[in-house]
Amino acid sequence: MRSFKGFVIKEFYHIFRDKRTLLILFAMPVLQMLLFGYVITNEIKNARIAVWDRSKDVITQKITDKLRGSGYFNVVLEIDNEEEIEQVFKKGEVKEVVVFESNFAEKIGREGVAKINIIADASDANTANLVVSYTSAVINDFTVKELRAVDPPMKINTETRLLYNPEMKGVFMFVPGTMAMILILISALLTSVAIVREKETGTMEVLLVSPLKPSQIIIGKVTPYVALSVINALSVILLSRFVFGLPVQGSYTLLITECVLFIIMSLSLGILISTTTNSQQVAMMLSMVALLLPTIMLSGFIFPIENMPFWLQVVCRINPSTYFIIIEKNIMLKGTGFLSVWKETLVILGYTLLFIGLSVKKFNVRLS
Amino acid sequence: MENREKVIIVRDLVKDFGGFRANDHLTFDVYKGEVFGFLGANGAGKTTAIKILCGLLKPTSGQVRVAGFDVYKQSNLIKKNIGYMSQKFSLYEDLTVSENISFYAGIYGLGFREIKKKRMELIQKLGLESYAGKLIKELPLGWLQKLAFSIAIVHNPDIVFLDEPTSGVDPITRRQFWMMIYEAAANGITVFVTTHYMDEAEYCDRVSIMADGLIVALDTPANLKLSFRAKSMNEVFLELVRNKNNSNQQ
Amino acid sequence: MLSVSAHELKKNYGAVKALKGISFDVSEGEIFGFIGPDGAGKSSLFRILTTLLLPDAGQASVCGLDVVKDYKKIRKIIGYMPGKFSLYQDLSVEENLSFFASVFETTIESNYHLIKEIYSHIEPFKKRRAGQLSGGMKQKLALSCALIHKPNVLFMDEPTTGIDAVSRKEFWSMLKGLKKEGISIVVSTPYMDEASLCDRVALLQDGIILKTDTPNAITDTIGKKVWAISSESVYKLMCDLSGYGGCYSVYPFGQMVHYMPADQSEELTLVENFLKERNHRNISIEIIEPTVEDCFMELMRINKEDKR
Repeated sequence: MRSFKGFVIKEFYHIFRDKRTLLILFAMPVLQMLLFGYVITNEIKNARIAVWDRSKDVITQKITDKLRGSGYFNVVLEIDNEEEIEQVFKKGEVKEVVVFESNFAEKIGREGVAKINIIADASDANTANLVVSYTSAVINDFTVKELRAVDPPMKINTETRLLYNPEMKGVFMFVPGTMAMILILISALLTSVAIVREKETGTMEVLLVSPLKPSQIIIGKVTPYVALSVINALSVILLSRFVFGLPVQGSYTLLITECVLFIIMSLSLGILISTTTNSQQVAMMLSMVALLLPTIMLSGFIFPIENMPFWLQVVCRINPSTYFIIIEKNIMLKGTGFLSVWKETLVILGYTLLFIGLSVKKFNVRLS
Repeated sequence: MENREKVIIVRDLVKDFGGFRANDHLTFDVYKGEVFGFLGANGAGKTTAIKILCGLLKPTSGQVRVAGFDVYKQSNLIKKNIGYMSQKFSLYEDLTVSENISFYAGIYGLGFREIKKKRMELIQKLGLESYAGKLIKELPLGWLQKLAFSIAIVHNPDIVFLDEPTSGVDPITRRQFWMMIYEAAANGITVFVTTHYMDEAEYCDRVSIMADGLIVALDTPANLKLSFRAKSMNEVFLELVRNKNNSNQQ
Repeated sequence: MLSVSAHELKKNYGAVKALKGISFDVSEGEIFGFIGPDGAGKSSLFRILTTLLLPDAGQASVCGLDVVKDYKKIRKIIGYMPGKFSLYQDLSVEENLSFFASVFETTIESNYHLIKEIYSHIEPFKKRRAGQLSGGMKQKLALSCALIHKPNVLFMDEPTTGIDAVSRKEFWSMLKGLKKEGISIVVSTPYMDEASLCDRVALLQDGIILKTDTPNAITDTIGKKVWAISSESVYKLMCDLSGYGGCYSVYPFGQMVHYMPADQSEELTLVENFLKERNHRNISIEIIEPTVEDCFMELMRINKEDKR
C-alpha cells in the first residue's frame, strides 16, 4: 500500500509542476465552454426581420412599433406578398417574417381574437428559436398590457412556422454534447501521455525493474486525475448554468457522479492508448483524432442518430459518449432520476472496467 | 611557435547571461594545423565559448576572430569557413551514404561536379564502396564516426570543431579516427576538440582547461603533466580541480 | 552462491545479433565490469539480467533465480541504474528518493546507513529539482535511489558516461564502499582506464566476450611487451612505423605510439635507427607492460583473424 500511495503522490507532483498539464486540465474546459457560450448565445440584438402587414391598421402598427422599440429587432423590410417571404429568406436578408392577417383590428374588435404568423429561418436553429421566442414574448407583453385591459378580453393567436429545419433542435441540446466532448478529450489527452512520458524519459525502465505491479502503476496514474477532474466537472456544470443559462432540472449529485464516472472511463481510455504507443506525439494524436470526431459526429451531439444509416447507428451505439449525452439530457433537461439512466450508466461502467482491464493486460512487464 | 599563422584569436572574451558570467576574460590563440583540446567539467563554460567561436552567439565583450573574421560582424563568413561535428552527429538515417555526402556538400555551396568528385573520393578513401547506396542506419557504428568527420571537412574548412568525437567507440576505430584527425591537421585544417574525457586530451597538441568560466591551464599535455607531476591528463585535471576547490574555500 | 550466472546468452534484433553467446559468473561481493564500446551489447545484456528483456537463447540467473521464470522475485532484490539518467527531473532530490523508497515498501530512514556516504554529498541540495543537478550529482542521486531498498545485486549500465573526471573518481570510490556492505556490483563502461577499478572484468566486443579475468591477469595473458615510442610527431611516427617491416601492430596512444614487434626479440636499436633515417627527432623508446586497452585491441585483432 505504501508503494501505491507513494506513486500517487509522485503523480501529483508531476501534475502540479507541469504548467502544460495544468493549463489543459483547468484552463481548457473553461475556455472551450466560454467559446461555446459565445457561439451559442441566448441573447439577440437587432435581429433583422421583415413585416408583412396585410391589415395596416392601428393595432398592427402599434405591435410593429413595439417590436421596433424592443431593441431586439430591426425591421428592415416591409413586404406585401407571399412570394417575397421565400425570396427574403433565400437571400438571407432577414431571420424572421411577421405576418399580420388582414383586417386584424377589425377581427379583434369583432371576434376578440386575431392571428399573427411568425415564420423563421430555422436553418440556423438556435437563432430561429431565439428570435421566435422573443417575438412571441413581445406580442404577449402587448396582449397583456393593451388588450386584456378591455372588456371583454381580446387575444392574439401566434402561429409559428419554422422553415428548413422543422424538427428544431433547441440550443440546450448542445450543452450535454459539449460537456461530453470536453470531459472525454481532456481526460484522455492527459493520461494518454502519462505512461508514454515515462517510456520516453527512461524512468519506465526503473519502474519495471521494481516490485510495482502493472495494475498499481495504471491505477496510480488515473487516481490523481480523477480527483482533479471533479473540479473540472464542477466548473463545466457551473459554466453551463451561468454562461448558457441552462438550469439543471434533476439532481446535481447524480449529475456530478455520472460526470465522474465518465471521466474515469475517459482516463482509462487514455491509459489504454498510452500502453500501446511509444511516443507522446503519437499518443496525443491518437487521443485527439480518434476521439474528437466520433464525439462530435457520432454521438447524437449534433446530428440525430435516428436519421443515420444503420451501420453508423451501430457505431454510435459503440461510442460511449452517446450514452453519456443521453444521461446528461435526462438529468439536466428532463430532470429525471437515476432510474431513467441506470442502463446507460451501466454501459459506461462496463467500458471503464474494460479499458482498465485491457490496459493492465496490454501493459508490458518487459521492454519490447 | 609564435610566428605561426593564428586561425583563432581570442582576447578578453566575456559572456554574461543575466548576472551569471559564463566566460570570464578568456584569452588564447589557436594556430593553423593544430589539434587544440578544449577541456573542462560540465558547466565550466565550454559550450558557451564554442557557440561564440562558431558565430552562433555574440560575446558580451572582448575581441574574437575566427578564420580571419570578426564574430560580431561576420558570423556568416565564419560559418562558411568552419566545419562542425557533434557527439551525435546528425547524419540523416533515412538517406543513403552518398545522399548524405551530397547533401552536406551542397549546403556548403559546392558545385555539382565538385560534389560528385568529393563523393567518389570520400567513399573510396573510407572504403565504403559497398555501402555507398545503403541507408545510414545500416552502417556499422565505427564507420558512422569516420563518415561524419569526413563530411564535416568536405568543404575543406579552415577549422573543424569536434565535440567528444571518440566517446564510446572501440579502441581500434578510435585510433583510426585520430589518424584521420592528424591527417586533416597535416593538411592545414585546424582541429578544435572539446571534450571532458581526459583520455581524448592526451591526443591533442595543446590543451586548455576551463573551470568556472576561466581558463585555468593552457599548454601541451607533456608540459602540463610535467608541471603537475602527473602521469596522465586525468591526474592533471584532478589536481587542478583540487587546487581550485581549496582556493575557493580559503 | 553466485550473484549472477549466465550461460550462452543470445539476443537478436531482427538481423542484428546483439549478443552472440555470453557466459560468465559473478561471485558474491564482487565488482564485475563489462568493458566495451557502444554497440558491443552491454545494454542488451544488462536488460536481460534485470529481467527487462527476454533472451533468445541461453540461461541466466541472479542469486539463483531464473531471469525469465522468477522475474518478479528478482525485481525485489536488485538495484538497477540504466544507461540513460532515469529519475524524475521535475521532482526534487528528496522526493525522488522517497518515491523509490516507497516503491519498495521501505523508507529513507530504514536504509539510510547504506546510502549515507553517497547521499550526504547531495543532501544539502535535497530541495533542488533533479533536473537542475550537475552530471555527477545526478549519478549520486540515481545510485542512492537504486540502493535505497538494500539490493543484493546492483546493476549499473555506463554510470560514468558523460560525467567529469572528478565525479568519476568519486563514483568509483563509492562503489568500493558498497562492496564492503556485501553488495555485488555489475557495472559497464566504455572507458578502458576504469577496468583496473574492478575486481574482474569481461571485455565485450561485438556481442561476444573477448576475455574474462582480473585486470592484472588480462594484461599478462597476451604475453607480449609493448614499446612506447615518442618523437616530435605522432602522425609521422604512425605513418613510418606502420610501413616498417618488423611491425606487428602500432597504435597512437596520446602523444606516443604503442608498437608491438612481430618478433619479440626484435632489437630496439634497429627501430631507433629506422626512425632516425626518417628524420625523427627526440626519439624515445621504452618497453612497458601492456595496458588493458592494448590487450583489448590485441584480442579484437586475434578474434578477427580467428573468424577468417
